[in-house]
Amino acid sequence: MDFQPTEERRMLADMIGKFIQNDYPMKARLTAGTSALGYCPEAYSKMAQLGLIGALFDEEVGGFGGSGFDIATVFTELGKGLVVEPLNDTAMTSGYILAHTDQLELVEQIILGQKRVALGLIENGADYDWSAPETLAHQTGSGWQLSGMKTCMKFAHGADALIVSAQTQSAPGISLFLIEAAAAGLSEHSFQTVDGGNACEITLHNTPAQLLGAEGAAYPLIDAAAARATLAVCAEALGVMERIKDMTIDYMRTRKQFGSVLGKFQALQHRVAQMLLEIEQAQSAVINAANDLQSPTDERNRAISAAKYSIGRIGCAVAEEAIQLHGGIGMTWEYDLGHFAKRLVMIDHEWGDQDFHLIRFSES
Amino acid sequence: MDLNFTEADQAFRQEVIEFLNAELPADISRRVHADLHVSKEDTEFWHAVLHKRGWLTFNWPKSFGGVGWSPVQQFIFEEECAAAGAPRILPFGLKMLAPVLMAFGSKEQQEHWLPRMCDGTDWWCQGYSEPGSGSDLASLKTTAVKQGDHYVINGQKTWTTLGQHANMIFCLVRTNSECKPQAGISFILVDLATPGIEMRPIRTLDGGQEVNEVFFTDVRVPASNLVGEENKGWTYAKYLLAHERNGIANVGISGQKLARLKRLSLSQKRRGKPLADDPLFAARLARLEIELRNLETTNLRVLDEFSKGAGPGPESSMLKIIGSELEQNFDDLTRRALGRQAQAHMPEVFEPGYNGPQVAPQDMANQSAAYFNKRKVSIYGGSNEIQKNIITKMILGL
Repeated sequence: MDFQPTEERRMLADMIGKFIQNDYPMKARLTAGTSALGYCPEAYSKMAQLGLIGALFDEEVGGFGGSGFDIATVFTELGKGLVVEPLNDTAMTSGYILAHTDQLELVEQIILGQKRVALGLIENGADYDWSAPETLAHQTGSGWQLSGMKTCMKFAHGADALIVSAQTQSAPGISLFLIEAAAAGLSEHSFQTVDGGNACEITLHNTPAQLLGAEGAAYPLIDAAAARATLAVCAEALGVMERIKDMTIDYMRTRKQFGSVLGKFQALQHRVAQMLLEIEQAQSAVINAANDLQSPTDERNRAISAAKYSIGRIGCAVAEEAIQLHGGIGMTWEYDLGHFAKRLVMIDHEWGDQDFHLIRFSES
Repeated sequence: MDLNFTEADQAFRQEVIEFLNAELPADISRRVHADLHVSKEDTEFWHAVLHKRGWLTFNWPKSFGGVGWSPVQQFIFEEECAAAGAPRILPFGLKMLAPVLMAFGSKEQQEHWLPRMCDGTDWWCQGYSEPGSGSDLASLKTTAVKQGDHYVINGQKTWTTLGQHANMIFCLVRTNSECKPQAGISFILVDLATPGIEMRPIRTLDGGQEVNEVFFTDVRVPASNLVGEENKGWTYAKYLLAHERNGIANVGISGQKLARLKRLSLSQKRRGKPLADDPLFAARLARLEIELRNLETTNLRVLDEFSKGAGPGPESSMLKIIGSELEQNFDDLTRRALGRQAQAHMPEVFEPGYNGPQVAPQDMANQSAAYFNKRKVSIYGGSNEIQKNIITKMILGL
């Protein structure tokens, strides 16, 4: 057993850390997060040049990584810098689907940062379930056409194309389709997310689309892609929590009240200690999930749900506790903590919240 | 023991409901229910409506123009106002400063300042916290030095809620540094138009602006604006904190949030079924409902003691802790009920004439921002940690 990261992954992590330090100050992040696109195309392009997207793909499809631990390494580092750039849904996750449906040219462009493909799996925004789309695909003389809607598609605004799930009349099961962003009958409603960033709701009306893979057989591929996306947000949360923990400890060491630094009050010491214990547990959950990403489906999904449940529960608790321990300053826009806390809580709203994954784990 | 409201109480509740039905405009109620920041205009409008009816000063003693309601009636009034989505009465003047002036102010001060709170002439804000003095409020450093018939104030206050709308601020200032910190603090009223005052907004993590920093540079304040005696300000501040017991548990607001969550749990669907049928969600909701029922009785028990003549005491710390955490838990569960839609941040939905699409259910597009904003309620007004210190000392005697 060896819990040390490989030399390559250590170097990858260092490189991302340097990129954040030199090119991604908090101010730039906040500006990007509140822009119409919700991210910074220049920074995104630079990250692609540095190979950060390639690290999320297998060598067979033009990448140089793609394992669970590669994904965890990249996204944990991105979390430490609160990077809002869309490497997950519109690059790694859609790219994984494209790589497994013979769209290697598009995958190459994604890896180079030249194209982004948005992912639409959710229709009922109240839910996290991607297993029963009602969007309908029908075949015409000239090919497939889709009608329906998708919601909460992260960073779909400005994407070059979209992957959406649908049912067809001719086969049971779910099918996946590729749609050009400018396709006829597609309309988009773009909105801000509370943690900074963009999401879209789209409606499709007889929109021309290209079938990806075999008709009605997409569920296992969606499930595998979702596992990667879920692992990525879990790893990101770990990075976010590490920074929150550091900020809180720093504050405990420097803020003085009642003639002493806060860190000398035992009631507060114990709360930070508890925070540390929880974060360690969360880290173990993410390591388990990264390790099981290539395992048989049931084993993989159990590890992913265990991680996402742990991250959801612990993340929300850490975010709330850190704000409380900071007091008023933790409530301000100017102090970084609040932005980290918002992202951490919102991670519980992506790819299934803690309750969704607790039930999924217990039923598997 | 009889836990029922009396017939008179029930008739009173009906009177309040009818008043709210008749007087509270739907657009204001909608914005309050959506947890948006209430505008200055909405607050002033609602104050005027209440003032006309004589209810703005509902918690004042009759001798100062109060209506003479029992604590239970006051509880019912606040509960129904919250359920209807009425803007909350701005507490700084009417609920915080007023009792201090009544107890410790001069007759001149009472006659001058109390009517102005009621008719909307003055909007009060609070100058307590400083950058270096949050939980440790008694360490405050803003000084007031007596020069002839004026005090000259220098220093900085922070977290001044809605100071941007205010024309008056009541401050705790240091008038003696040669003694125990608590023994050198005075309570003074300052006109914000006085030269040397600068108010700067602080943006909060939800993007809103409701708190401010206030800078004082050689600000000359008439000595007649000192409340009570010099160096007794700490006593007055403690009186103020303990006195604000009615409404501090926010039972009405939490009750309104419970009702909203129940509606939401029926309309939101998970895996093809109403969210209410999700066993984990149902358990979360049940826990909060039980906590709220318990708190309602705890609150009424404290009010009952109060009506029998018990002076303001540390029980308000208990209500503040339980009430603030429960309110936060309701906001937390509301966010959870929204699922993926909770990510949407669309304040534009509430702008007049907005006709575009909504992602979250009707009027829920501000809920995550509200959840983050409400983290403040366990921090402000004496953080819950400070409240626990008070309980430890005053109730437990440890």
